[in-house]
Amino acid sequence: MHIESVSRRPALFAAQARADASIVTLRFEDQPIRVPAGISVAAALLLHAAAPFRTTPVGAAPRAPYCMMGVCFECLVEIDGRPNRQACLTPVRDGMVIRRQHGASSLPLSRQEEEHGR
Amino acid sequence: MSKEEVLVVGGGVVGAAIAFGAARAGAPVVLLDEGDIAHRASRGNFGLVWMQSKGSGFPRYARWCRDAVDFWPRLAQELQELAGVDVHLQQPGGFWIGFSDAEMQARAAMLEELKDIGPGIPYEMLDRAELKRRLPAIGPTVAGGSFCPLDGHVNPLKLLHALHAALKALGVRVHAGVEVARVSRRQDGGYAAESRDGRSWHAPRLVLAAGLGNKTLAAQVGLHAPVEPNRGQVLITERLEPFLHHPTNKARQTNEGTVQLGYSIEDVGFDDGTTVSAIEWIARRALATFPVLSEARLVRAWGALRVMTPDGSPIYQESPACPGAYVATSHSGVSLAGTHAYVLGPWMAGLAPAPDDIEAFAGDRYLDPGRSFSHAH
Amino acid sequence: MDADAFDLAIVGAGPAGLSAAIEARAWGLSVALLDEQAAPGGQIYRGVDAASAEARSVLGEDYSAGMELTREFRDSGARHIAGAAVWNVGSDLRIDYLAQGSSHALQARAIVLACGAMERPFPIPGWTLPGVMGAGAAQILYKNAAALPNGPAVLAGCGPLLYLLANQYLQAGVALKAVIDTTRRFDYLRAARHLPGALLGWPDLRKGMRMIANLRRRRVPVYAGAQALAIQGGDHAESIGFIHRGRRLRVDSALILLHQGVVPNTQFSWALRARHRWDESQLCWVPETDEHGQIENTGIYIAGDGRGIVGAKASASQGRLAALAVAAKLGRATPQACRAREQVVRAGLRRQLRIRPLLDALYRPADAHRVPQDDAVVVCRCEEVTAGQVRQYAALGCLGPNQAKTFGRCGMGPCQGRLCGLTVTELIAQARGVPAAEVGYYRIRPPIKPVTLGELAEEN
Repeated sequence: MHIESVSRRPALFAAQARADASIVTLRFEDQPIRVPAGISVAAALLLHAAAPFRTTPVGAAPRAPYCMMGVCFECLVEIDGRPNRQACLTPVRDGMVIRRQHGASSLPLSRQEEEHGR
Repeated sequence: MSKEEVLVVGGGVVGAAIAFGAARAGAPVVLLDEGDIAHRASRGNFGLVWMQSKGSGFPRYARWCRDAVDFWPRLAQELQELAGVDVHLQQPGGFWIGFSDAEMQARAAMLEELKDIGPGIPYEMLDRAELKRRLPAIGPTVAGGSFCPLDGHVNPLKLLHALHAALKALGVRVHAGVEVARVSRRQDGGYAAESRDGRSWHAPRLVLAAGLGNKTLAAQVGLHAPVEPNRGQVLITERLEPFLHHPTNKARQTNEGTVQLGYSIEDVGFDDGTTVSAIEWIARRALATFPVLSEARLVRAWGALRVMTPDGSPIYQESPACPGAYVATSHSGVSLAGTHAYVLGPWMAGLAPAPDDIEAFAGDRYLDPGRSFSHAH
Repeated sequence: MDADAFDLAIVGAGPAGLSAAIEARAWGLSVALLDEQAAPGGQIYRGVDAASAEARSVLGEDYSAGMELTREFRDSGARHIAGAAVWNVGSDLRIDYLAQGSSHALQARAIVLACGAMERPFPIPGWTLPGVMGAGAAQILYKNAAALPNGPAVLAGCGPLLYLLANQYLQAGVALKAVIDTTRRFDYLRAARHLPGALLGWPDLRKGMRMIANLRRRRVPVYAGAQALAIQGGDHAESIGFIHRGRRLRVDSALILLHQGVVPNTQFSWALRARHRWDESQLCWVPETDEHGQIENTGIYIAGDGRGIVGAKASASQGRLAALAVAAKLGRATPQACRAREQVVRAGLRRQLRIRPLLDALYRPADAHRVPQDDAVVVCRCEEVTAGQVRQYAALGCLGPNQAKTFGRCGMGPCQGRLCGLTVTELIAQARGVPAAEVGYYRIRPPIKPVTLGELAEEN
């Protein structure tokens, strides 16, 4: 997957901003994106970023959301450091950090040290 | 000497391995297998190829398990060549994880007792620091563990698939969807098996490897095989990047990256369902062992019925009243696949003498009023 | 651990679930309704309470009607447990669910499962490429985020939802590049047999006809009777090819919305080991229940599309009937009161079901779009197992989907067979030359929704 050419692709969807909408700011792959509160992370990505949003663990195939209702598991992305979250079932939150999911989840052993401090 | 046909009842890992061994040795074999709806203990196997701590108090069984470890590489290679299926055998050594000093002491005593069996069963007791050095992911409440360089794991579903493909390649006639209801001795000294829907097969030799069905069938040819279901619940996670390169007694990462976590030991009759309490217990134990699994998602939980004998050790016996009829049962059908294939197969086909001290595995041992049994493991 | 206890627990906040809650509360039962979303409405009325006037105008009256239901639900006094992913429903009537990062449980005296439907998979070449989505998915995007295609869009397939979305897009000013309609003349002829019965559902029929006429009037290219759909692209959708009137055509588009009807969501009913039958007119597995929706004598009822596709209004009626049965069972409704109420609701249900046989016949998805003939088509998206591989397993003696799992991991991924199950059942049936009913379905096990080990361990 060539990230540069991917990011030049236009977003698949667009939305008119509602005057009364409150806006939240997310980061996707280190880029800030501003979206209305209340929408799903999958919607936010489809509105502001270029597919694909993940690659499969088996064959590294490029994938993007398909069903938008939580049954297809294609919208898996990393949200706030947690791998393989279903973006279509996660409402956006201000400050959320989202990254593409490349293949299978990795379990950083360093995370274990952080948890001991809790 | 013309080779006598062998009729094998049961196409799980035990029956299929014996059939494979018999066919390999040149015997004509017919295998009768139930359909998609059967209990199919083989499908629920954890996949360990495990040696350490097996056979405590039963030296012949410990020896049997020891031999099985050595047979495995040959079995894996032959299945790859014959069936074209890679069963993903890995024997890098395995860890048992302990959570208390008491557990550690009991473990050490058991392994010390077994260390000189056969060519030897090496082991190391590891204190927390040493275990952590080798398995950096272990959690803060782990007290220590033991390591045996002989232990490993394999893909049990691929094993079943490979065995069946190998049987096909060897010309074994496999009849699927057959539920054997009755076996009997014939006038001519051979044996017959009749299915529930009225079909029948016969052969000079009969091997009963029908799992839980052995209890009834064995008695019909003068054998005692008091097997009962024992449920094990297992959890499996989504695919994860490799982080665990050695199997442990209750957790292993498969060749696909999924992590398999176990397990319960329950006497609940024929119920192969799952319970929330067991799922939560296994999850907590998994996290105590490897806290880094906290974010790993559970994709499936299942229950499977182990085929359990009163002492948890196998029954292998030729019927004294019905020579040429045998029973074979073990809940470690994966670990022992090699001995089932290369030792039991030829013996039960009449092409090799009985294995040394095979009498130790006779089902009659359970009839001895002077002995008591426990299958705790 | 003490679980919260209720007379009735309902899973799903669509028309069936909401109606069941309203009805049960009217009889004085204590009710908890669990749903994954933050607001009630299910998929059909998704986001209805937050929708702008403009959105409601685009989506139409049928959508706005959902507001009445959500209002009645809010007024009913039922406890709404939002953002809850139910991962297990026990035969002991205990429900385990994930909410706010940990697992919780509640205990009920009866349960109504109202989990609705999902879009039928559409396994054609290229269907897994980014840019290919369900038409229903696109509709959810609009309901949830007022999101519309950023450029011309292509819709392909068949079924009322496809035409509805096309009309909604026209209303919203979206450029529709093409509607590739796979409904054939043969389908119209077959459906005509059901016309007399359907005529009593005339308003529905008229609505459908108007939608199709509107597309033509607005000069949207409609390719009727299209066959052999296939999507092209490297790492993203680029075009969709098809055969129309004997000619091979291709339409370029980065966004391709597919739809060929909806099918019941049966994960819970299979996990509970309910008996299912293969419905040859809806081409899906349907759980067997009594006339109130109860699975044998379990105290667990299924209402709505999860029991067979019936549509929103009929789903609501079924929800009411299930709640009524529970009220009677728990002694909160006298037999006379029950009978009277049941009669009224059933009369409505009968009317609402009239159009069904016609819709099922008219919009029956083509065999080739359900059972891919091209061996390279991915059938199990999670594990990337192709149609050809499943055929190989059948050739090796695999009798059903569970053996297929052991041969090649088909159905063992995170979606737990939701997107491949029907295809695999039909593929194996075709390969073996036996009816789908004989082949069976995957053994479905908990967790029905993924739960992390940490969430399980931190159970409340």
